[in-house]
Amino acid sequence: MSLYTQLRRAPLSAKFGLLVILLYVLVALFAPLVAPFGETEVVGEGFAPWGGQFLLGTDNLGRDMFSRLVYGARNTLGIAFLTTVLAFALGGFCGLVAAIRGGWIDQGMSRVVDILMAIPQLIFALLILSVVGTTTTSLVLVIALLDATRVFRLSRAVAMSVVVQDFVEAARLRGEGLWWLVTREVLPNAAAPLIAEFGLRFCFVFLFISALSFLGLGIQPPTADWGSMVRDNAVLITFGDVSPLLPALAVALITVSVNFVVDWVLHKSSGLKEC
Amino acid sequence: MNSLCKLLAQRLALGLLSLLAVSVIIFLAVGMLPGDVAQAMLGQAATPETVAALRLQLGLDQPALTRFFHWGWQLLQGDLGVSLANQRPIAELIGARLGNTFSLALLAALVSVPLALLLGMLAALYRNSWFDRLLNTSALSAVSFPEFFVAYILILVFAVKLAWLPSISNLSPDASLGEVLERSLLPVLTLSLVVVAQMMRMTRASLINLLASPYIEMARLKGIGQARIIFRHALPNALAPIVNVVALNLAYLVVGVVVVEVVFVYPGLGQLLVDSVAKRDIPVVQACSLIFAATYILLNTSADVLSIASNPRLMHPKG
Repeated sequence: MSLYTQLRRAPLSAKFGLLVILLYVLVALFAPLVAPFGETEVVGEGFAPWGGQFLLGTDNLGRDMFSRLVYGARNTLGIAFLTTVLAFALGGFCGLVAAIRGGWIDQGMSRVVDILMAIPQLIFALLILSVVGTTTTSLVLVIALLDATRVFRLSRAVAMSVVVQDFVEAARLRGEGLWWLVTREVLPNAAAPLIAEFGLRFCFVFLFISALSFLGLGIQPPTADWGSMVRDNAVLITFGDVSPLLPALAVALITVSVNFVVDWVLHKSSGLKEC
Repeated sequence: MNSLCKLLAQRLALGLLSLLAVSVIIFLAVGMLPGDVAQAMLGQAATPETVAALRLQLGLDQPALTRFFHWGWQLLQGDLGVSLANQRPIAELIGARLGNTFSLALLAALVSVPLALLLGMLAALYRNSWFDRLLNTSALSAVSFPEFFVAYILILVFAVKLAWLPSISNLSPDASLGEVLERSLLPVLTLSLVVVAQMMRMTRASLINLLASPYIEMARLKGIGQARIIFRHALPNALAPIVNVVALNLAYLVVGVVVVEVVFVYPGLGQLLVDSVAKRDIPVVQACSLIFAATYILLNTSADVLSIASNPRLMHPKG
């Protein structure tokens, strides 16, 4: 089936999800063209109402809400994406190596991951951030490291079932090195579940970073970020104004969309039709 | 029976081991500070003499291993040390908050577990109907919502528009039970909504998995009704995965309280933790993390133990 027919046959939820993801990516890429004002530019009074010059009003410091939402797409999505890629590079590679090498390398890495996973992720992140301080770099590194443990588990489990197959044995007997085994033999056969997992992990990281920013411990001001935008403007909610909910809605919409798409991909690749 | 005991003992030992490992990690986290605690407490402007004096007072001149055992021994005696920010004993800071946090998580569990199991069973019973689709889509959406989004929507609807409930849950010690319940209703609702979705999906998945097995087919061919098949034949076998899911979600609940407490200004442990991280009050962060991590490990271990204990196949090992 060509890609086009597959897309046409996709369920409504997956089409919706793909459309939203595309929209977000476009907004993130062309943020300066979409946003009427600058990211940190103070353009008016604080908490101005909707309409007129400011499409969605202004925030607590008088910055344009709509512009900050647009720039937030770029910052929050970018950082979450970078973190997920790092987590996959680290966790995925270690997982594949553990499965291929086996023995004490596997044992050692698995036990370390077990211990790291015994601590709740949010608590662990808070502990480390309190020590190293809340900069964007440390945020990305800490979350990538913590998330890599989950990726490690999955990629090791998937690779385990590939490693025992004859063609891997044949490659080993040919005397191929570790790098060849990982990239040419195991990875192509473990790709499908890993891609679906990438979507799920991205959602998780995205929610995680938003939660940390909401707690004031994630992406630091004046960078526009959806989590901290909710936090800064939350006081408006008590007056019945919905604008602080917009960034939260933006977070919810993208995670729902990614989940819809992942659900469809998983359903298709498993070949299962639920009875 | 013997092998069952052995398996259980193994799990418990593993739980204890991870607890030890976690406490070592939490202890070592402080060692990663640039400089050390004494430097961090006094700030950049401190003279070398005062830093040295404080270091001596805190016992930082001792080797790390000695300090770890000292710290662990004091922990076991209930002495959590003093806060860097206000010099008060940490046990005093944590005391009442610990109870608040656990009662919040417990209330959320009491609401969400029965609801999730019921919805999961109904979804499995009427699978692929519009009811199931609706539940599934809304569960998938609920899982993807950040907790603070759910919380603020509830505040907007129930506290601001309808004005039925207070939007913040500042408990005072002399509040009556009714008052406490009223004030913690919104946080409980938020937490429940977040975990119900997950539990429901997994209950449905494990039941549907079972419904495809031959002995259910047999029961169906005998002409037994749908409801009886679910409750009599499928459910006892689905118990192990369901118990596991429930315990895992309770573990999640313990961590989920952090964000919810901040939104509702609920005087719990999570809020203390977040405040202390912002202030970099490391002994308090250590103590709170240790409590959260210990609860988490305890619940995870009991999930393992329960799922082993509720699996009838392990009661009668072959050979």
